[in-house]
Amino acid sequence: MPIEEELQNVPPAKLAVEKVSKRFPTGRGGEVHALDEVSFNVNVGGFVCLVGPSGCGKSTLLNIIAGLEKPDSGQVLADGKPITQPGRDRMMMFQESALFPWLDVMGTVLFGLKLKPGLKEKARREVPAFYLNLVGLGKFSRSNIHQLSGGMKQRVALARALAPNPRVLLMDEPFAALDALTREQLYGDLQRIWETRKKTILFVTHNVREAACLGNRVLLFSPYPGRIREEFKIDLERPRDINSVKLASYSTEIMRALKGYVAAEVAE
Amino acid sequence: MKRFLWSLLFFIALLFIWHLLVLAKIWSVVLLPDPLSVWEYLKTAAEDGTLLEASLVTMRRLLMGYAIGLAVGLPLGLLTARFKFCEDTLGVLALGLQTLPSVCWVPLALLWFGQTEAAMLFVVIMGTLWSVIIATDNGVRNVPPIFARAARTMGSKRLHTWLHVILPASLPFIVSGMKQGWAFAWRSLMAAEIYVTILTGFGLGHLLHYGRELNAMDQVIGVMFVIVVIGLLADKILFSPWERFLHRRWGTGRA
Repeated sequence: MPIEEELQNVPPAKLAVEKVSKRFPTGRGGEVHALDEVSFNVNVGGFVCLVGPSGCGKSTLLNIIAGLEKPDSGQVLADGKPITQPGRDRMMMFQESALFPWLDVMGTVLFGLKLKPGLKEKARREVPAFYLNLVGLGKFSRSNIHQLSGGMKQRVALARALAPNPRVLLMDEPFAALDALTREQLYGDLQRIWETRKKTILFVTHNVREAACLGNRVLLFSPYPGRIREEFKIDLERPRDINSVKLASYSTEIMRALKGYVAAEVAE
Repeated sequence: MKRFLWSLLFFIALLFIWHLLVLAKIWSVVLLPDPLSVWEYLKTAAEDGTLLEASLVTMRRLLMGYAIGLAVGLPLGLLTARFKFCEDTLGVLALGLQTLPSVCWVPLALLWFGQTEAAMLFVVIMGTLWSVIIATDNGVRNVPPIFARAARTMGSKRLHTWLHVILPASLPFIVSGMKQGWAFAWRSLMAAEIYVTILTGFGLGHLLHYGRELNAMDQVIGVMFVIVVIGLLADKILFSPWERFLHRRWGTGRA
């Protein structure tokens, strides 16, 4: 496969989550109802944020879409095909960067690429360089992971996820452990990359403001059992600034709704 | 450079004090030979080839046994970490036998294999094997599960995951297990060579043993010196590259 072809934007995928349920046994013989008949769609090239308190099943849902876990019932379709296992069309980013310490930055980005069939040796060198430049780490290809800051590690993880040219990007609180300033830079970069690389993104977070800043749609999740309670459309121009006043009014609205569900749950 | 000079100075001083003690004639020269006569021994033994030959015999036993121990121990360690059945059988066995000082294998090896190369090899393998199994097992169990999950999302499966994720991720544990195995093997081999004459080749341990028989203290100390040097060299050649790699990539420890 020639390099230009490899680097071309692939059409982003459409995701359909249909009545997905998942329960986990707890230690004391009970169960946690992590997901209760959750259904929603993500349009082609959509940017959807799932927001909710910790332990409400957001990550479980993401793992199911990634194909790492199986739902008890229901199914997830990617472009109409049921997801049964992990696939290169859906790449995932984790909260801890999950980078491999025995590889340098270049080796890290190559890890997934080497598993992609039909890639020529030349492309193997040029493709990682392209994505490292895209995330702003072009000069760090020979650095070791432990030498990088938290933000740079997540940039490497982003490059690693982008490198096999997936159609969907699944992001599980990828910026939660970073400081505010680093996060802000990454918000800008992620929006830019989403627009230029045309991916469908599903982004999980507990940070309401972050969700409002990044998503075209924000789905509000609440636990016990895990369900989607409300949906918000964010009609703001991009690139969005996390500190803008308009964005604040959206996040206040979402936050108010979220508090309502949490309070209702405590009352029960 | 300054640190090297201090080291050098220290050892020169040590030799000098030793020399003074000999001159003071507190002990008989039979018990404490002059450093110069130890040097004399080393020179003649090096020139007539006995030292080189003995070193080669010993090193061959050690390296062969060690390589076999590693080659068998690594996959077995992966098995005990992967399969409950192997953990409950082989894992328990390894845990038990690892507490057995490897010298204790010598009598058994001699009865089984006679005074042969096979007996020596067996002792070295027993010294290496159990440490390597346990270290590998331990290393695999300490790999963060997220590594394997991340690899799976990128299309890595069974064997690929084991070779390209689990194995390298356990490297820090495996290298320390390799070092421990090496130390056990080296010590038990020396004990075996001193303990019994092996008819198929005279190693450093035998030179040491005959030094005692002949009351040749210069030979005893000279051979001890060679054994120390080989131990140091092995450490540098076998483990330094790994440790430098771990230090560079993981950023832990000092190379």
